Amino acid sequence: MRSVDVATITKVVARLCEEANFYLEQSVHSAFQRAYEEEISPLGRDVLTQILANAAVAAEKRLPICQDTGIVLVLVELGQEVHVSGGSLYAAINQGVRDAYQKCYLRKSVVNDPIERTNTKDNTPAVIHCRIVDGDKMRISLMPKSAGSENVSTVKVLNPADGWEGIKKFVLETIDQAGPNPCPPLIVGIGMGGTMEKAALLAKEALFRPVGQKNPTETIAHLEDELLDAINKLGIGPMGRGGRITALAVHIEVFPTHMSSLLVAVNLLCCAARYKTAEI
Amino acid sequence: MHVKQVNIPLTDEAIADLRMGDHVALSGKLFTAGDAAHKKLVQYIGQGRQLPFSLVNQVFYYAVGTPPPPERIIGSAGPTTATRLDCYTPALLAQGLKGVVGKGYRSAEVAQAMRDHRAVYFGAVGGVAAILSQYVKHVRLAAFPELGAEAVYEYTVVDFPVVVINDIHGGDLHLEGRKVYAVTQD
Repeated sequence: MRSVDVATITKVVARLCEEANFYLEQSVHSAFQRAYEEEISPLGRDVLTQILANAAVAAEKRLPICQDTGIVLVLVELGQEVHVSGGSLYAAINQGVRDAYQKCYLRKSVVNDPIERTNTKDNTPAVIHCRIVDGDKMRISLMPKSAGSENVSTVKVLNPADGWEGIKKFVLETIDQAGPNPCPPLIVGIGMGGTMEKAALLAKEALFRPVGQKNPTETIAHLEDELLDAINKLGIGPMGRGGRITALAVHIEVFPTHMSSLLVAVNLLCCAARYKTAEI
Repeated sequence: MHVKQVNIPLTDEAIADLRMGDHVALSGKLFTAGDAAHKKLVQYIGQGRQLPFSLVNQVFYYAVGTPPPPERIIGSAGPTTATRLDCYTPALLAQGLKGVVGKGYRSAEVAQAMRDHRAVYFGAVGGVAAILSQYVKHVRLAAFPELGAEAVYEYTVVDFPVVVINDIHGGDLHLEGRKVYAVTQD
């Protein structure tokens, strides 16, 4: 067993919150530079210019990339040889969120209850998904998830007979109807298979894959290319003002499923694509 | 890139000159308003109470910024999704509101109400809140301090960069821009 103290976890979570909110992920930044070269719409290019300029100003002046500093999503891969010592894992993560959002002047956007809606004033609780994996390491992936793109994300139960064509149609409908609302250019995370919550979680996990990296399975990578091409033919463009770059990337994750089910989830990530990962 | 200079309060002449897709530099005062402030303003109107500030010829900025760090007047403040505020907008237009700055779709009903009231929907880029905050030169609490971050703030802006999304002549950039760049699917 390897022991990891909760204080260490709190510090790492706080650091990830801070870095994610101030510094655009490198692979995303490079993708925006390529998008600027490829975009033919003048209004679209203007948006991309602002996105790149914003990343520089945010980093230099330590201002949040976006005022929606999100509800914090945390994916924990906990090695089964790790013993978390000194307290509760979930409390340690929430303390890290609390510390960072206070210290770094980040917006507190979390409300206590979906109906009553009183602000919790410290941006907790985070949404935490923990998975036990082999080994003695702990991996924390964190995303301050904005509402604009989350609010137009979708899950659907299709008929197995609908197949890939049915999935493709559903994804295109989701992005077509969302139009400008999720702040395109987007990263499109897709989860296929499993059960309803499994598909949704796969779609979320897919957003963490660096832009430019394809699914290791060649057939799935091909579907990612096909779908990205179809999405960018919709013409929505940066901020929905018309253009060829509606999405920077499509990331598909799959899981085996029931012989009678075809689950698909589409999770969208806005142009202020913020996420960081650390290993303890 | 041609940019039209527009001052707030808006005039009918300035509004009539604006067309979908125009780049505009806004100068003057923007009132920030998110979900909570909208709800409260519309409650006031419903109760026949006097509003804490006049909306006549004014412009709303759909935004709830991050807290200002020490030595700064403002944190980051970019636009939020206008669609969520559609249900409140017609009542505010009836009070004389002439412009809104936000991002995302407006419903067909709100687009029509904006034309009827000769008001303009300006789009700011979502996700670029750090640069947008640089155009804000002064901040004053205008109403509803009890709402905290969601209170109404008066931002004095100079050359705040926006694009006309809905003009009063029927233009809607979100609906028409994409038609120009759409490619027939295989």
